[in-house]
Amino acid sequence: MPFQGEYRQLGMFALTSSLPTETTSHRGEAGRAGGDVRSDLHVSFEARASGGIEIELRSRVDLYYGERIRQRVRDVMHSLGVEHGFLEIVDEGALPFVISARVEAAVRRAGLGLGKSALPDAVVLPTPSPRDRLRRSRLYLPGNEPKYFINAGLHTPDAIILDLEDSVHHAEKDVARLLVRNALRAVDFGAAERMVRINQLPLGRADLEEIVPQAPDLVLIPKVETARQVSDVVGAMDAIAQRAGVTRPIWLMPILESALGIENAFAIATVSDRIAGITIGLEDYTADLGVVKTPGGSESLYSRQRVVNAAHAAGVQAIDSVYSDVADAEGLLRWGEASRAMGFEGMGCLHPIQIEVIHRAFAPTPAELEKALKIVAAYEEAQALGLGVVSLGSKMIDAPVVQRARKLVERAKQMGIATRPAAGSGETP
Amino acid sequence: MSATVTASGLVTNAIGRRVPTSVNGREQTPYQGVDSHRPTGRKAAPPIRCNSDYPTNGDKRVPDLETALQRCGLRDGMTISSHHHLRNGDRVALTALQTAARMGAIDLVWFPSASFPCHEPVIDLMKSGAVHHIEGSMNGPLGDYCSHGQMRGLGVLRSHGGRWQAVQDGEVHIDIAVIAAPSADFFGNADGSHGKSACGSLGFALADSVYADRVIVVTDNLVPFPCVPWQIQGNNVDYVVEVDSIGDPEKIVSGTTQITRSPDRLRISELVARFLRDSGIMREGFSFQAGAGGIALAFVDYLARMMKAANVKASFVRGGSTKYLVDLLHEGLIGYILDGQTFDLDAVRSIASDPRHVATSPFTSYNFHGKGNFASMVDAAVLGATEVDVHFNANVVTHSDGRLLHGIGGWQNCLFAGCTILAVPSFRDRIPVIVDEVTTVTGPGELVDVIATERGISINPRRQDLLKAVKGKGLPIRPIEEIKAEVEKICGGKPAKPRLLDHPVAVVKWVDGTVIDTVWQVADDNPYAPKVSGGE
Repeated sequence: MPFQGEYRQLGMFALTSSLPTETTSHRGEAGRAGGDVRSDLHVSFEARASGGIEIELRSRVDLYYGERIRQRVRDVMHSLGVEHGFLEIVDEGALPFVISARVEAAVRRAGLGLGKSALPDAVVLPTPSPRDRLRRSRLYLPGNEPKYFINAGLHTPDAIILDLEDSVHHAEKDVARLLVRNALRAVDFGAAERMVRINQLPLGRADLEEIVPQAPDLVLIPKVETARQVSDVVGAMDAIAQRAGVTRPIWLMPILESALGIENAFAIATVSDRIAGITIGLEDYTADLGVVKTPGGSESLYSRQRVVNAAHAAGVQAIDSVYSDVADAEGLLRWGEASRAMGFEGMGCLHPIQIEVIHRAFAPTPAELEKALKIVAAYEEAQALGLGVVSLGSKMIDAPVVQRARKLVERAKQMGIATRPAAGSGETP
Repeated sequence: MSATVTASGLVTNAIGRRVPTSVNGREQTPYQGVDSHRPTGRKAAPPIRCNSDYPTNGDKRVPDLETALQRCGLRDGMTISSHHHLRNGDRVALTALQTAARMGAIDLVWFPSASFPCHEPVIDLMKSGAVHHIEGSMNGPLGDYCSHGQMRGLGVLRSHGGRWQAVQDGEVHIDIAVIAAPSADFFGNADGSHGKSACGSLGFALADSVYADRVIVVTDNLVPFPCVPWQIQGNNVDYVVEVDSIGDPEKIVSGTTQITRSPDRLRISELVARFLRDSGIMREGFSFQAGAGGIALAFVDYLARMMKAANVKASFVRGGSTKYLVDLLHEGLIGYILDGQTFDLDAVRSIASDPRHVATSPFTSYNFHGKGNFASMVDAAVLGATEVDVHFNANVVTHSDGRLLHGIGGWQNCLFAGCTILAVPSFRDRIPVIVDEVTTVTGPGELVDVIATERGISINPRRQDLLKAVKGKGLPIRPIEEIKAEVEKICGGKPAKPRLLDHPVAVVKWVDGTVIDTVWQVADDNPYAPKVSGGE
């Protein structure tokens, strides 16, 4: 489980999970409360044959929102078609979409409400993301830890990843996917691309059932070793999307985490036109090789280069792994700069403080930008004059170089970096 | 603006709050506006004493606290004061009150500069009748006791500066001051920076030492005369008591102060630092105030990096000192630390050895009835709040449910800085921080310039200069109503307003001694509400 170690190191993203203590057919529990838990709740549901819905609520925010919490619980029961039952709830100030998810999970664990769902109100989604959009930083959010969701977009990562895989205990997968589903619907992540890391199939199929109808922008597929694994996901996704009437594009990003996956990189990257990029998971990859992951990363140099080459050959983005030492901003910057130099377009983040550093690392240097602007200006001049050959001073510029320069300038604009035209291009300020 | 009578014993003050006209038998002036109340007359003064009554060899030691209290003429109804530099490690204040109770005194008034959770047993003394009421910050169990209307007198909450003002102006007469001292000599000279219970500055005890009828110094580190540097002058001291321990060192200062890792708090801190930079307040020779709270520490860290990048140095920093400020002092990024409270071991070591790390007092920093103070000379102050409203009024003393949560500390005094920034999360535990009307007005909106949240920065419309200064700088400047509406949407609507009874349990004083608001008895209890255990 590659990210677990990283989360543990991080402390604040510690893997935490309350296992259902009792799972008879008519009782169900979900969520967490007590101790240092914030923004979550624990729900214990017991089905009854009569007597309506009875709620026993203990909440930090009872005096402010007690009545509304009770109403929401009754609404969820109604949506799930449950008329009778006893709910014992301990609430640590959870937001409404979290309350809905935990109550639904507890009811489902009791074997009721199957085939139904209680969806929170939806926020307006940002415009669908293009396949080649900027993906410098992707912030991992443990899928069963709701307190980090609501403000994640404020830290302006290019994407957030609601993780259902390694940061979620295997016994909590069913609960986490409802929470992630509700988050996709109810949380405004700002301009960030909304990504979900699902579990491997067949478990991942249940994840897709819940999340695809909520139109995430991209699905990360973990531990991919063969192209077939990707096409299985595409098949499952398409069927669900069609049934749910989802028309927004849902891009894919396979994660290669083993020697075999790296060997099959090109086949994987080309198996579907829905693939926006491929990425590498270094914790699992180094474990697979039986080598130690070092800060310099020499043990994974080949695999990372291979990913970059396969991605470029396939015309998709190459995305690097995460940098696990969250406290080491300088190490992260060095890693990011080296990563960009190798041809990667972005990497993962484990803490919001990494976002700004990564954005700096993946920005073109002023010298690069200056040069690219000159080339673009020369190209535009040549176009205007109807010349077939682009030249800068006495030097002839090859078409791929022009292409690269234009892309660099375009990206710089997307990154919000001022791209003043090079001197002599004739543009008025 | 004049006050209007609305109910028996209650008037509506200049900020629209109902306040009692009489508190614990003493007539009050309702809040008149920020600069409107101008008292005349002379300061209070302690009685004249005569050298003949004190040992010529200077040795004022007595065997124990009981003897000292007895010789001070302990009587029923007296006001006994203490300071809070030992924070939650303090053993002296409680011991003094318990000793007085054992000696049979009743109806005492405890006048601490702040109370802490370690003082919870004072509740027993209030129940037994030994202590009548507390005039000072109350939180945790003491706050709950008062909030439920169980205290016999009204609580009186004052800022650090307001406490000095109240003593100086004669509003509070201290009969006996009990001053815990980490170092002292037999004459009563005392210092806070040395000894096993070192706490740094002793500034909060200064008014008590100067104005009280009788002064007892209690130390666990008796040093040969002279105890230098003396923060408390022995010439103001009547008796010196030596004890084994004045407090628990681990709870007096923290070993290390940690910067928050909360992403949201870090974001708020960074926004505040950027605001100071981009508004031009961060410039060569500027000054700022910062405390030891999570956001304040992180703010200093961000600001220091920006100062380095811009090659800018601050002339001085006011506030609570920690390792982080000390590091900046050593790096030459700031000229002086004007220290009000010393929070960690590095800071204690620094104040004891570095002449540019200066102990201050509420007199120098905060007193509003003086010839100026340091707090108003500071270019920017970064403070917290429990609630703010759309008029920029702010609350620091009560929780949104009306329970006493936190003391005022130097908060009110710091509002007079050139630019006052309240750095707050937009909601806590689903409870919105920006509200239509704060539960308890602790500071008037006209003195609050900026409210910085993780969702954006609101600038008080009164400060068009600041709005203009940061225009086009890429900061998320937003109207306060807009942030409020966004948060209410996230939280699932406006929170219900918890019921409060029409029965005052405490008053909040403004820096000039007028009453700015009333704390009312809470009506409903939520046994699952988080326990609060704040500081000053």
